[in-house]
Amino acid sequence: MTFAPSHFTAVLLFALFASTVFGITQRNEPRAMMRYGAYCFVLFVGAVIVGSWLMFLIRR
Amino acid sequence: MATTPPAKAATTSKKIEKASEAKSPLFSTALFVGWLIPGAGHLLSRRWVRGGLLFAAIGLMFILGLLMQGKLYTPNPSDPLVFLGFIGDLGSGLLYMGGRLFGAGQTPVQVVTADYGTKFIVVAGLLNVIAAVDAHNIKIGRKS
Repeated sequence: MTFAPSHFTAVLLFALFASTVFGITQRNEPRAMMRYGAYCFVLFVGAVIVGSWLMFLIRR
Repeated sequence: MATTPPAKAATTSKKIEKASEAKSPLFSTALFVGWLIPGAGHLLSRRWVRGGLLFAAIGLMFILGLLMQGKLYTPNPSDPLVFLGFIGDLGSGLLYMGGRLFGAGQTPVQVVTADYGTKFIVVAGLLNVIAAVDAHNIKIGRKS
């Protein structure tokens, strides 16, 4: 059995798992954990989208 | 002589540091168990939801990495990058040992996602180390 996601799916999965661990380990209260996890997720995915557009524009 | 508030705060901070050092043993069960099984260190402190979420996140990341045909590094001190990859993989504890035992992560690269898989496995190990240290901090009272 194999799993072959697209690059973007792999990014979403990576961001989801890493954000979950960061949220739990870097904050004390459940509410703050969820907020920090969501913040990390948005930063991960946002950085990839911005980086992708930059590379697309440089290539053109 | 009356103690001023900043001096009081400094004294309290020193007391907390001393208490934390006194409670911090050389061998920590939460750290060790948390390293062996992702999230298990949190279960020792009865943080059921946190432990379950950490187990799911780290375990899924490791398993998806293997399914993407990612590589499990073997110790090879002559190649520093491979050795660093091995250190990262080793952070997954029993997941890594089980993977090696069953011969997973040793197939030659056939798909482009294999490189993502290798990174997933290494990062799962590194995240597990962070989770185990967090479990240790909860156990000794440094974190709630």
